[in-house]
Amino acid sequence: MEIPYTVEARPDTGWTNGKLAMWLFLASEVMLFGALFSSYVILRAGATDWPRESLNVGAASVNTLLLLASSLMISKARAAATGGDWPSHRRWLWTTVVLGFVFLGIKSFEYSEHLAHGEYPSNSTFLAVYFTLTGFHALHIVGGLLVMLYLLGPGARLYTRNPRHFVNRVECTALYWHFVDVIWLCLFTLLYLV
Amino acid sequence: MTAPVHGSASFWRTYVFSQDHKVVGIQYAVTGLLFLLLGFTLMMIMRWQLAYPLRPIPIIGGWLGSANAPGGIMLPEFYNQLGAMHGTIMVFLGVVPLAVGGFGNFVMPLQIGASDMAFPKMNMASYWVYLCGGLIMVASFFVTGGAAQSGWTSYPPLAVIAPGQTLWLIGMVLLITSSLLGSINTIVTVVQLRAPGLTWMRLPFFVWAQFVTAFLLLLAFPPLEAAGALQLMDRLAGTSFFMPSGLVVTGQPLPISGGGNPLLWQHLFWFLAHPEVYVLILPAMGIVAEVIANNTRKPLWGYRALVYAVGFLGFMSMTVWAHHMYMTGMGTTMSTFFQITTMVISIPSVVILTVLMLSLWGGSIRFTTPMLFALAFLPMFGLGGLTGLPLGLAPTDIPLHDTYYVIGHFHYVVAPGTIFALFAGIYYWFPKATGRMMHEGLGRIHFWGSLICMNIVFMPMFIQGLGGMNRRLYDGGLQYAHNAPLLKWHVVIAMAAWTLGLFQLPFIANFFGSLKWGTPVDRNPWHATTLEWLAPSPPGHGNFQTIPTAYRGPYEYSVPGAATDFTPQFEPDAQ
Ligand code: HEM
Ligand SMILES: [Cu+2]
Repeated sequence: MEIPYTVEARPDTGWTNGKLAMWLFLASEVMLFGALFSSYVILRAGATDWPRESLNVGAASVNTLLLLASSLMISKARAAATGGDWPSHRRWLWTTVVLGFVFLGIKSFEYSEHLAHGEYPSNSTFLAVYFTLTGFHALHIVGGLLVMLYLLGPGARLYTRNPRHFVNRVECTALYWHFVDVIWLCLFTLLYLV
Repeated sequence: MTAPVHGSASFWRTYVFSQDHKVVGIQYAVTGLLFLLLGFTLMMIMRWQLAYPLRPIPIIGGWLGSANAPGGIMLPEFYNQLGAMHGTIMVFLGVVPLAVGGFGNFVMPLQIGASDMAFPKMNMASYWVYLCGGLIMVASFFVTGGAAQSGWTSYPPLAVIAPGQTLWLIGMVLLITSSLLGSINTIVTVVQLRAPGLTWMRLPFFVWAQFVTAFLLLLAFPPLEAAGALQLMDRLAGTSFFMPSGLVVTGQPLPISGGGNPLLWQHLFWFLAHPEVYVLILPAMGIVAEVIANNTRKPLWGYRALVYAVGFLGFMSMTVWAHHMYMTGMGTTMSTFFQITTMVISIPSVVILTVLMLSLWGGSIRFTTPMLFALAFLPMFGLGGLTGLPLGLAPTDIPLHDTYYVIGHFHYVVAPGTIFALFAGIYYWFPKATGRMMHEGLGRIHFWGSLICMNIVFMPMFIQGLGGMNRRLYDGGLQYAHNAPLLKWHVVIAMAAWTLGLFQLPFIANFFGSLKWGTPVDRNPWHATTLEWLAPSPPGHGNFQTIPTAYRGPYEYSVPGAATDFTPQFEPDAQ
């Protein structure tokens, strides 16, 4: 039994099932991060002090550039897959993955610095917010990386069987990755800069 | 093709780890029914304590363990565990899985003429994640410290301090994940897999109700997921998201940084939990609409009004949450806003109820068991909604908040309301799922017994609440003088609750007995019009022999000039 519209879009709606599902998932993610950001605003409004100077803006700026670059890379990986250029697709996707891992490396370095200075989430509302929000984001990065590794590994076989389907998957992954990138931009601005 | 065709699939793949929406739906429904029974049992135990406070519980008192009920006498902590878990189990593990996971999964794809859900694997995953979440919740009774004790609302600081809450939170995160998977699947299925000819305005109202419900689950649950994670951080990492400064517990200042905000939890919780009450009621309304159209043998009066009302209701349900929080001193501007939205959201609710009532007018009603339950739904839900209005207005809510009046209000909507609708749905679609009818006589005993007992259970709660009796008191309010004249009602309620339990036995017998001895049926035993009645009973894997086409709207009953009193959607025009 075949489920229709997994590969081709349904003419009257213009969607494939997967892409619609991804947009719905992102809508729920907006609500998730919306709740986290609102909590942050409310807690900060009620806090007596907010020592954001202790955050490493330099490291976070590098991370911002890395994520922006990775968004560009996954766009290229997507375009290459659409255009049937398999070797470049893999090259760009691998680059995205590497950039993602470097992001996580720098993030862990930041965490370990804080912990080494005895700065734990339980110390203050500021640190609690910082660790939790960036932690949520980092989990989303990990999720994205796992999906990309799947597409580079066992998931790549789909390309030979059904290239169209494979490209749809890459597209959805790219959509997700851009979203995680946008979340980071919000985090970077709201936590590190203001 | 009446027997399921599964090719070489093994037993495990066919019945346990199945991806077929019908099997997943039945798994959801049966698990949900079992959880309803469990939640009901907890409540029957609590009712003893309220009726006869501080007296040993007969028979089962000894089984509860000395940590919970030494000498058979229930400890306050254990009462709180039962209360919190009763609410959680009924809402999150019973009604929603049955209404959305069960009926949504089983009926919706059939009604839109699809061969399955859009993502069968994800569908299976959502069931198993739900089951894990549920089992973790139940397991919390057996760890030291017991289950969660802070009510189904889990307000901090108590929830952060009290034992049991960690497993509740972990269970909750799993349940939210499961409903996220389910809601995405539902929306995509409705948008993408409608059969040819099945335009939006030809969808049965049940499908509309499931569709709007899925949006509520999709958008309202994530904030609770966030809140749950923050509360988990408070418990495990020692943060103070919800913990204010200067907390002193049993004479000791708490060693936390403080500076958090307990009201933040209430906002995040109710931002989910108000839409959640519509998740409880919309699928029920969908079922009632189907059963009423089928048993009045006439089209629903005002189908379009129903569709617009349910959409508007879904949207508005995200804007009323703080009517649960008038007691928090939110200031008049805020409270005015939420009073207005609450009054506005009552309008579509009343529209839906009115449409369903007017649909009865002039019909030649068949009083089948599903129809009896559907008919009883209307006044029962009406009573629940009507008693909600005074709660929506701050001046009347402030004296009523946290009294038995609130308990009466929401139980009228959920118990003789939603649960009756779910029973209607079970009696109505049982022949489709199993190929056999349920027994009418037993169904009637179940119906009349339940209707009478439900009202004896919940009506006195309005009296108690208006008399000022608070909810969540482990001795039923014995220690307060103003409750003295109200205590006798606890005995009445307890008796009626236990009798209500007895009246579920005919249902259980009917459910299992009919699997074996029920009258076998063909495709369309109720002479209904929607697409699910085209499929064999029970439908095989893939549902329809060929994908059906819809030629007309969903409720073409008693069309003038037609040969029969029903013209199914799948019947081509006679030219
Ligand atoms: C249609 C009009 C309705 C109105 C105006 C309304 C209003 C309210 C208000 C203001 C409260 C808070 C009372 C308080 O705590 O002081 C409340 C509680 C509640 N309502 Fe409703 N309601 C309506 C319908 C429903 C429906 C359809 C359901 C469920 C299917 C429902 C379920 C609940 C529940 C579960 C609570 C109690 C939550 C708790 O504190 O544990 N209500 N209602
Ligand atoms: Cu509400």
